[in-house]
Order: sequence, then C-alpha cells, then structure tokens
Amino acid sequence: MRTPKILRSQAFRIVAIYLAIFAVSAIALVGFVYWNTALVLDRETDETIEAEITGLVEQYHSLGLPGLTDAIIGRSIRREQGIYLLANNNRRVIAGSLDGWPQVSPAARGFVEFSYERRIGTATELRRARGKVFMLTQGFYLLVARDVEERRVLENLFKTALYWAAGLMVVLGLAGGLVISRNFLARLDIINRTSRQIMGGDLSRRVPVTPADDEFDDLSGNLNRMLDRIERLLHGMREVSDNVAHDLRSPLNRLRNRLELAAMRQAPDSDTARDFDAAVQETDRLIGTFNALLLIAEAEAGSVRETMRDFSLTEILEGVSELYGPLAEENQLRFVVRKAQDAGLVHGNRNLISQALANLVDNAIKYTPAGGTVVVALENQAQGPALVVADNGPGIPTEDRPRITERFVRLESSRNSPGTGLGLSLVAAVARMHEAELTFEDNHPGLRAMLSFKRVAEEPRPVKIMPVRAESQREPVH
Amino acid sequence: MRVLVVEDDLEAQRYLVKGLKEAGHVVDDAGDGEIGLTLALSRPYDVAIVDRMLPKLDGLKLVAEMREERSMTPVLFLSALSDVDDRIKGLRAGGDDYLTKPYAFAELLARLDALVRRRDPGSVKTKVSVGDLELDLLSRTAKRNGSGIELQPREFRLLEYLMRHAGQIVTRTMLLENVWEYHFDPQTNVIDVHISRLRAKIDKGFDAPLLHTVRGAGYMIRAHA
Repeated sequence: MRTPKILRSQAFRIVAIYLAIFAVSAIALVGFVYWNTALVLDRETDETIEAEITGLVEQYHSLGLPGLTDAIIGRSIRREQGIYLLANNNRRVIAGSLDGWPQVSPAARGFVEFSYERRIGTATELRRARGKVFMLTQGFYLLVARDVEERRVLENLFKTALYWAAGLMVVLGLAGGLVISRNFLARLDIINRTSRQIMGGDLSRRVPVTPADDEFDDLSGNLNRMLDRIERLLHGMREVSDNVAHDLRSPLNRLRNRLELAAMRQAPDSDTARDFDAAVQETDRLIGTFNALLLIAEAEAGSVRETMRDFSLTEILEGVSELYGPLAEENQLRFVVRKAQDAGLVHGNRNLISQALANLVDNAIKYTPAGGTVVVALENQAQGPALVVADNGPGIPTEDRPRITERFVRLESSRNSPGTGLGLSLVAAVARMHEAELTFEDNHPGLRAMLSFKRVAEEPRPVKIMPVRAESQREPVH
Repeated sequence: MRVLVVEDDLEAQRYLVKGLKEAGHVVDDAGDGEIGLTLALSRPYDVAIVDRMLPKLDGLKLVAEMREERSMTPVLFLSALSDVDDRIKGLRAGGDDYLTKPYAFAELLARLDALVRRRDPGSVKTKVSVGDLELDLLSRTAKRNGSGIELQPREFRLLEYLMRHAGQIVTRTMLLENVWEYHFDPQTNVIDVHISRLRAKIDKGFDAPLLHTVRGAGYMIRAHA
C-alpha cells in the first residue's frame, strides 16, 4: 500500500523532522532545568542535614545520651520541616518526631529518601523525606531528615507538564504539518498542472500568482517570466520561419511562373519545352524539400495545436491504406491492413498524422521488392493505440536506425531512389508533437516502424484484434 | 472571366496578371489590401485572388470585410505561409480555396475554374453525365452506354468529382484535397494509380476515351477529344 501523497510531501517531512528536533530539545531543556533545580534543592537540604548531624553529634559527645535526647525533643517541637529520630540498635525509637523507624536501613550510608506519615489534626498524610543515618557509639542510630514533599510535588508537576507538553507538541505539530503540506501541495499542484498544460503545447498558460507575495509567488513569477521569454523566442522563431518562407517562396514562385510561362510559349514536344518541363520539375522538388522543412519546423514548434482534436486512428488507417493500397498492388506487393477494435481515441492533428503514416507506408512500398508484403496495422497497446507499418524488404541495419530520422540523412542503399531525405524526419517531428513514440524494429526480415500514441483518457475496454483485409487486397493463390 | 488580383509582390503580380491574360481572362490588379477591398466592393468579379500578407489591410481582414459587405465573389487565398493552420484560418475568414506559394500556374487556373463553376445553382443535380457515361448520385451507380460499372466508394467519389468538373482540368492536389481530404504532398504519385484503375473501369473496351491526362497539369473528363 502506498503512503498518502500528503505524508510523502517534502513539506510534511520537513515539519516532521523539525518537530522531532524541537521535541528532543524541549525535553532536554525541561529535563535540564528540573535536574538542576532538584540538584540545588537537594544540596541545600543535604547541607542543612549535615550541619544538624554535626551539631547533634557534638551534643552527644559533650552531654551524652540524655543531652542528645533533650536536643532532639527540643528540635522536634521547634522545627516543622526537620525530622529527628534516635533509636537503639533494635530500631526502637528513643526520642524523635516519628513514632517508628521508617523504611530505611540503619546501615545505609549517604543520603536516603523515604516516606513517612505525618499527622495533621486527625488525618495523616504520607509525605516524602530525605535524610541521613548516623551511627553513634554504643549502637545508637541517629536519623536526621527533612521533609521534601514539596520537591516531590514539584517533580510530579514537571513530569505531568512534560508528558502533556510532548503530547500536545506532537499532535499540534502533526496537524500543523498536515495543514502546511496540504497548502504546499495545493500550490505545487497548481504549478505542476500548469507546467503539464504548457508542456502539452499550450504556451499561453501562466502559473497563477497570489497576492501573498511569498516564495511560491516568486517561483511562479520566475516561471512566468521564463515562459514569456520562451513564448517570445518561439514566436520569434515562427516569425523568422514565416519570413524565410515568405522571402524564399516568393522568388521560387516567380522562378516557377517564369519557367511555366516560358514553357507555354514553346512548341509542344520540342527539346526546349522538355528542358523547361525538367526545370519546372526541379523547382518543384526544391519547393517540396522546402515545404517539408517548414512543416517539420512547424510541427516541432508545436504551433499547429489549434487544429488538434480527439479522433480515432481507425479513420486515418483506413484513409491512408485506401490511398496507398492500389500503389502497393501496382508494385506487386501484398498489402494487408489490420485494425484492432476499440483502439481508443488520440488527440492530434489528423492531417499531420495522416501524412506521417503516409510517409511510413510510402517508404515501405518504395523499399520492398516485388512479391513482398506490407502490413499496415492499428494495434491496441497498453499505453494507447499504435500505428504499425511492417514490411519484409531489406530493412535497416540496427546501427543506422537512430540516424534515419535526422534531417537529410539518406542511407547508402537508398541514395538513388527519389525522395528528399525528410520523410522520416517529419514522422519523428509529428511523433514528438503528439508525444507519441516512434520506434523502428527488425521485422525478420524487413522493417517494422511503430508510432505509439498515448490514449486520450477514457475507460479501458477489452482488446479484440480482428484481422481485416484491405478492400483492394486480392487473395493470394495457395 | 473577370479576375481581381490583390498581390503586393509586384514581380509575382506581373506574372500572375500576364499568365491570366494569356489564359483569356480579364484582370484587375491591386498592390495593397485597401485598394483591393475598394475594387472588390465596387466592381463585379467572377473570382478574386488575394495574397494572405498584404500591406495596409491584411488578406484575412480584406476577405472578412468583403463578406461583411455581402460581396460573395469567390476568393482564392495565395499564401507563402505554410499551410497547416493558415489554411483553416483562411477558410474561416471567408476564403473559398487556399493555395500555397509556390504553386503551379496550371494548378491556379484549374482551381479558379472550379471556384467559378461551383457557384452554378445546377450543382444540386441527382445525375451527372459526360457523353455516354452516366452517374446516379442518389443510387451511387455508374453506367456507360447503358451497362453498369462496378465502382468502389472512393472510385465513385473520384469519378463524381471529375464529372462535376467535366471539361475542366483537375489537378492531382485538387483530387487529393477534395476526394481524399488530405492537404499534404504524397511523395509518390499515388493519385495516378487510382486514376489508371478508374480509367480501366470506365474507358476499357470503348473507342472514345473520356478520362484524359493533361500533361504537366492533371486530368480532365470530357466527351470529345
């Protein structure tokens, strides 16, 4: 199971890490303050106790047991906080402020803490005390302690406060983290969505800028300025290509017109007329190359998006195969058309995709020797429909395949056949424009060219492939 | 016919006018959009040839204004702009046809012819015939000399287009655009193959061929050589 997007967001992670660091340091701070306070309080208590023990021991040495007993009784009455207890080695209390020996080993060295009961009126309450046992000569034990109940209460207070604070910190921190990351995600989503639309070719889109004027607005502003620049550059490029088109086409137009008019004036079938015709044809070839270049540039700039719409590739497959079928038969090729049912819709420019498919079919027909087979198919693949043109001609060596879509690249084997060397470049440009993938594979033997499109979002339907023969195909004799 | 040429490239204009005159048409010319619009609105023309990019008044706007002023003269756009989007823009603005520079003069003449004839009210006919070849547009059947000819749907459309323009030159591009609805240049002459198949169906076995090839231009269907 995937963690929800909000928990995977960078904002949430930052908040979580910050929360952890903050919690640790807050706990450390509170702990340190508590520990320090307790230490100071304990030291004060301990010093008092030590001083009192020293005083009482002196009394014992100078006045003996009765003197000590008197002092203890006196102090017990006078002092509220102090606890004094004198016991024999059987822990029987001789004098002091407690009725019995508390839960403290008489042999204990150093300071100990214990609970004792104190009577307030008729009620008794259990309180905490801290003290020290001193062994007197002749097996008597002297316990001097002070009430530290208040410190214990303070300690408890600290503990409770710490738990509550930690709990609240985690809850509020997580809630804050979720809110912050939701806001972050929401704003990032807007930027991402706009970016995707722009990548899809809608260059006029801009990331919305909020009046908050924060880092996100900075980012959006920068992205927008960048987009403005890109749009200006693209616009400029288009303008240049339009201008080049205009500037070069006009003289080409005049050249062709002149040749045509001159040819009209020649006696038909004269040598000069033939020369003029040839010159006109050369001009046409030049124009053809030029048009193809401009069309590629245009497809690559994505400027024909206005005319893009959703349509079925079946229509294109049928149209193009119907156009080229007779040509294939003329070249003594078996021409097979296969259509996957329900291949779904693609979003694009019908004319350009038709031209791309026509170029692929044209190539297949051109390079497959008589007796071969050309298959034109619409396949329904996982990511969407794909147009496939497969032949069993000579194919293209693996090492040459990456090069064939480059402009003006013509492989050695095809150098003498007609063509501009731009056909596959146009197919590649059309593919890029439609975010489709153009691949060339070995058809064992021959070439299998595939143009795979992304399906327009739609409910996926079961795949059913039915081989359909082209209307014009004649059954081979078996 | 009377032709208005609105073209700012003077050299191109000169050849266009000369060529049109040699083809037997009466031609007026304008060097910018404003003069073009004034002429188009003040005199009756059979057809206007308008460049897309014009000084003073852009070709698209010129035609849009003509249409606003109820001038229904058919307009053929000439454009040096590559024609993927621009063709659609041109046709949306009220143009009737679109030809990208550089074009073949024969192509231009053929298209002008088609534009002018298209306006004939008789185009709602249910039957077209050329010589002894008869096309029933309702039952989608063809007959020559009384006997039926088997035609594929596309062959029928091809023949229908040729016969509707009987006696006129129809270029390969016009066929590709009107019969197949493609606006691109197929690298190989696929149209020729379709024509030769159609020819085999309608002319084979008859003494007088109807479907003719016009060298350097295109095809024409007509009854007498």
